[in-house]
Amino acid sequence: MRETPTVKKGDVVLSMRHIAKYFPGVKALDDVQLDLRAGEVHALMGENGAGKSTLIKVMTGVYERTSGTVTLHGQDINPKTPQEAQDLGISTVYQEVNLCPNLSVAENVYIGRQPMRFGQIDWHRMNADAVKLLESLDIHVDVTKTLDSYSVSVQQMIAIARAVDMSAGVLILDEPTSSLDSNEVAQLFAIIRHLRDQNMAILFVTHFMDQVYAISDRITVLRNGRYIGEYLAKDLPELDLVTKMIGQKFVDANTQAHRPSKDYSTVRFVRMEDISKRGLVHDFSMAVRAGEVLGLAGLLGSGRTEVAELLFGVTHFDDGVIYVGNDEVKRMNPRKALADQLGYCSEDRKVSGIVGDLSIRENIMLSLQAKKGLRRIPLKKQQEVAQKYIDLLDIKTPSMEKKIGDLSGGNQQKVLLARWLATDPKLLILDEPTRGIDINTKREIENLIVKLSRQGMAIIFISSEYEEMVRTCDRIIVLRDRHAVGELTDNQISQDNIMKVIAGGVAQ
Amino acid sequence: MNQVKQKLKGFMQHKEAWAVIGILIVLLFNVFFSPKFFQISFNNGHLYGSIIDVLNRGSSLVIVSLGMCLVIATRGVDISVGSVSAVGAMVAVFLLKSAGMAAAPAILCGLLAGLACGVWNGFLVAKLNIQPMIATLILMTVGRGIAQIISGGQILTINSKAYAFLGRGYVFGIPFPTIIMILVTLGVWLLTRKTSLGTSIEAVGINETSARYAGISTTQILWIVYIICGLLAALSGMIESANVSSADGNNNGLLLELDAILAVVLGGTSMDGGKFYLAGTVIGALFIQTLTTTIYTFGVPAETIMVVKALVVIFVVLLSTDRVKNAFAKLTERKKAGVENAG
Repeated sequence: MRETPTVKKGDVVLSMRHIAKYFPGVKALDDVQLDLRAGEVHALMGENGAGKSTLIKVMTGVYERTSGTVTLHGQDINPKTPQEAQDLGISTVYQEVNLCPNLSVAENVYIGRQPMRFGQIDWHRMNADAVKLLESLDIHVDVTKTLDSYSVSVQQMIAIARAVDMSAGVLILDEPTSSLDSNEVAQLFAIIRHLRDQNMAILFVTHFMDQVYAISDRITVLRNGRYIGEYLAKDLPELDLVTKMIGQKFVDANTQAHRPSKDYSTVRFVRMEDISKRGLVHDFSMAVRAGEVLGLAGLLGSGRTEVAELLFGVTHFDDGVIYVGNDEVKRMNPRKALADQLGYCSEDRKVSGIVGDLSIRENIMLSLQAKKGLRRIPLKKQQEVAQKYIDLLDIKTPSMEKKIGDLSGGNQQKVLLARWLATDPKLLILDEPTRGIDINTKREIENLIVKLSRQGMAIIFISSEYEEMVRTCDRIIVLRDRHAVGELTDNQISQDNIMKVIAGGVAQ
Repeated sequence: MNQVKQKLKGFMQHKEAWAVIGILIVLLFNVFFSPKFFQISFNNGHLYGSIIDVLNRGSSLVIVSLGMCLVIATRGVDISVGSVSAVGAMVAVFLLKSAGMAAAPAILCGLLAGLACGVWNGFLVAKLNIQPMIATLILMTVGRGIAQIISGGQILTINSKAYAFLGRGYVFGIPFPTIIMILVTLGVWLLTRKTSLGTSIEAVGINETSARYAGISTTQILWIVYIICGLLAALSGMIESANVSSADGNNNGLLLELDAILAVVLGGTSMDGGKFYLAGTVIGALFIQTLTTTIYTFGVPAETIMVVKALVVIFVVLLSTDRVKNAFAKLTERKKAGVENAG
């Protein structure tokens, strides 16, 4: 273990000042500050794209900062690699355990620095040391067993033990709890508290609000790569935190000008009852009616996307029932969902939406063709359908034979919408359909949602921009920490209320 | 002049261009050094000549390569085709010889053996999500073992005229394998381009996740391509074995997988999957065969044939890489700029 200067609780150990990191065309970080103090757990908060990971990567030498200073125990540092950062006393434990699952626990703890004896590994000492280290953290495992014989949470703890043993100064935990259940989280927190009491400076990143308040002393909020502020956790109410993270103003929060008329039918097209999936969604129920726009609101990781994926059968639920019409569905998959007239525009266009090298026409036809099976839709008919949606959605392209990968984000999104509209769905799930596209296209898509619902389509709408949800949704279910925590209807629907429910309050 | 340039540019944009150029280079070589290469004669109702020989001997490689092409389009690879071709040939020959079966049902059984191999590979890749290279490695090694167990470790020879016709027969003066090759090419083309299968295969190869989210059964698609590949491998193995009226578990289709992969890649289909080019694959396979035949015609000693082949292949593959292409593009641009400046 390396020598670290003795520190008192509350001393600033690591300080980042005026940090900027530019990528070509993007300011990922702009004048960001962060102070980590000994004996404190510090939460780094922000929505997707706020710059949390970039900041951590700058701190740990993965990225080189564009400007700014980093001091550790008052001395300027500039680590070029994670290894160098670790040697300085900054360790990171990532969301995915990056140890070797097929080596023993002890080997994992001491890999690359095994105690040697006569030029050979001193197994006896290594195992004994490992036991001592893990016991000191209250982790009781057989160190000679392979790492993968333990659960992810235990692996996570072993990773932390390894990190702590190597460098005692600063510990960074990047979303360590995202795949753990509540018991496992409690165990992990016990260890974090233990380390905090030993005067370590700990940086904790998570998407779960409850966990932030359960463990952290101080909170730094980032938004769009900018520093919003540092607060004591006990002085920052949840609602304020959410507001700071999202940064939307409340001024016109109650406008409902473009809300559709809500004369939808009473027929529930799809129902989910007590749907659970370990680590993703807990006991979620909802029903959506023909002609209704149902919003799913919540922070990233709250379970909103997970619900959509479970409904469309991309992932499979452990418990609960889904009804489509009157039919009970035990196991959903995208093919069945397609046959049942469901459609799903997924959150990540690039990863699970477009087929980049295929043409616009082929991309539009993909789902309809999949529904029809092996018999190829005649080219002429394909061109008709593609042209219809290119006109309807105003997709800007010189030709329908152009590769979809060459289009702008907004136009790609329209092609994906066209793909699902072409299948004539009764329920369309739109997960972040407006992310990363220009304001005009956003408006067009919002209007389209309203129009489609008036024509009798059921729509589930997921967005991080509550403003557009308020404008388009008839009803909003709010999720938080994998649960549904509230439902807003009629004049309850406002940004203000969404945030209050997310923050754990009650809507007015 | 400019029009020619435009056309040439258009041609070079086709993925198949390099395979065509490869063939042309080898043919050009023959024009100067072995004009006999182009002689075609008609004896006893059969066409003869080096060109005919290429189309005849190359047909089994073309057939295997077409199956390989579909597999590679899904971002996979099937390295068991050589072994599967040996299994197919062995099953057919064994049934002819030991069970006294007629040629047609024996050939059918050979195809069934290939189908079974394809089902197995497809199961490993599509259902168990094993990496294609590893999944097909199993059958690559085990296949030859199976073939040897069937024959008791012997090379089986037979005397069936009907079976030999598969590899040596002529119809309307055209070698029968060539006819099979044309029919298979046509069949694969119809199956992939006249149904939705081709686009589905490409979608799976380009972005499997998107394809699945769009409602395509990626499992089904993967399974289908491995089955087609197994079937075609067995067919090609039987053509080869019929040509010599014997089956050899150890040597039938040895290193066939490498030639097939090469044919596919030369033909413009990327190992990263996605868009696939059937015509390119056929031309790529014929290029390899043209090269082999040319080398043989020259009486190059057997031990150096591999070296010559390797050199030509390296040359063609190098020419088709992005780096060399970009370098060429830069070079021509500079020349153009130079001319303009001078003017």
